[in-house]
Amino acid sequence: MGLTFAQKLLGRAAGKVVEPGEIVFVEPDLVLTHDNSSAIIGKFESTLPEGKVKHPDRIAIVLDHVTPAATSKNAAGHARVRKFVAEQGIEKFFDVGSGICHQVLPEQHLTLPGGIVVGSDSHTCTYGAFNTFATGIDRTEAAGLWITGRTWFKVPETIEINLEGFLQSGVSAKDLIMTIIGKLGSDGANYKAVEFHGSAVSGLLIHERMTIANMGIEMGAKIAVFPADRITSDFLFSDALCKAALWSDIDAEFCEVYNFDLGEIVPVVARPHTVDNVCPVSDLPETKVDQVFLGTCTNGRVEDLKSALEVMKGRKVVPSVRMLVGAASRDEYVKALQQGIIEEFVKAGAVILPPGCGPCLGAHQGVLAPGEVCLSTANRNFKGRMGEKDAFIYLGSPETAAATAITGVITDPREV
Amino acid sequence: MAVHYYSQNDINTDLLFPGKYTYTCGTGPEIVEHLLEDLDPGFREKVKAGDIIMAGSNFGCGSSREQPTLGLKYLGVQAIIARSFARIFYRSSINQGLLLVQSPDAVDFYTPGDEVTVDPSAGILRVGEREFPFPALPVEMLAILEAGGLLNWIKENNV
Ligand code: SF4
Repeated sequence: MGLTFAQKLLGRAAGKVVEPGEIVFVEPDLVLTHDNSSAIIGKFESTLPEGKVKHPDRIAIVLDHVTPAATSKNAAGHARVRKFVAEQGIEKFFDVGSGICHQVLPEQHLTLPGGIVVGSDSHTCTYGAFNTFATGIDRTEAAGLWITGRTWFKVPETIEINLEGFLQSGVSAKDLIMTIIGKLGSDGANYKAVEFHGSAVSGLLIHERMTIANMGIEMGAKIAVFPADRITSDFLFSDALCKAALWSDIDAEFCEVYNFDLGEIVPVVARPHTVDNVCPVSDLPETKVDQVFLGTCTNGRVEDLKSALEVMKGRKVVPSVRMLVGAASRDEYVKALQQGIIEEFVKAGAVILPPGCGPCLGAHQGVLAPGEVCLSTANRNFKGRMGEKDAFIYLGSPETAAATAITGVITDPREV
Repeated sequence: MAVHYYSQNDINTDLLFPGKYTYTCGTGPEIVEHLLEDLDPGFREKVKAGDIIMAGSNFGCGSSREQPTLGLKYLGVQAIIARSFARIFYRSSINQGLLLVQSPDAVDFYTPGDEVTVDPSAGILRVGEREFPFPALPVEMLAILEAGGLLNWIKENNV
């Protein structure tokens, strides 16, 4: 019987053949933390007073969640992180304005095929787009990794998802992954690895793979991973950086197999308050919105912003809607500026946010009022997620966000 | 010892601890002020050390924030019994030294008012008159749990 990606990768780390269910100890290539580093520093210092981190070169810290600081408490947290990275010689530090960690690390080529990255952020699974074994951990474990450089994994079982066919115009990778989550359910891949297979994979570009892998955690997946191919090496400008890439054997054992025909995918939304509460946009009753948010680590890349503008075709945001647009990183922001995208959004009436998480986690820059409705391109619509428990968050694609911004009601982008 | 029972599935991290406080509340006393605030606003007043939480499937799904596990451990919650747990939450509980027991049968059997006891060393969960055995944790995780969490384990083992 052949081996899965997770078996091969964890087996390589452990130096033996491993079976699902086994525990292996590994030394991740990179440990990511963000604004939460401040709390992690507290844990680190109380466990190892005056101590040094084991591998400063394997730590990446990105300030992105509440940036620029919204309160003096946030600012103090950021200041503590700056002091720590200087003291500890941590060079992979990305300060306020660099962008969202899940965009910045791939741009810096820190999430490589066949590598292991853990992050104190649940959407660390995004790097599966690059054939990286990447998964979320908590703050305590991040502190432990700073000290020891090691952690454990249980070798997961693997779900195979086969993708065939082509997405229709107006339909995006976001609709595809939300459709998959709607089918599998929010715990459908709990504890499991998800591998994407099928002839459609080679046609999915990096930004689309990132959108898909990013939402793996929304069905509980430990990792959500793509093969490394031409698209991966083009992104990295290097074949050499792909040399550690791994992929499952043709006869690997999968615990479940699902097939999706991309041609059948339609624009969908995830309705409040769970990500698997998915339905076609066209099935929704008329749903007025107060805010549209285009951005985040799920859909804040220049391709996403461009697709949204193509739907808007020069039309303005309706007065009843506040449209917020944020590029995922400084690099994506610059690209959007150079292509005139930002100017068009401003002229259409949108508010531009600095690169970062923005209102995604409900701390600042677009918190909702009680009873308000938001159509967001983020990955999570939990009650209270955008700072107000009596607000309603619908998740959709950049195209659906654009169609909604110009009509004021959640709208199928193929209808405008 | 009381049981706090939440029958719904998919109780996520925002319901356990709202995201808007994640960068301002990190210590036990700060966290418990908002623990379960949007799920059960009276929780803070009624919970006592030694209590048990009982819930549906996929408990703790969502964010990697550890305030839920840290806060529940700080309050002295003895164990969480659920039909199933989300992966990061499960891992985080071990890291905090908080016992989780996955037992769909026990949750289905439970009716509010039943007495519930957990004996982790014997791997036995009792609900009312019935016993539900649960599998022992792998040794690596058990060592972390018994040390009272990952950082204590690191300190004790000088790693
Ligand atoms: S954009 Fe949202 S989901 Fe992504 S890392 Fe930031 S807070 Fe998390």
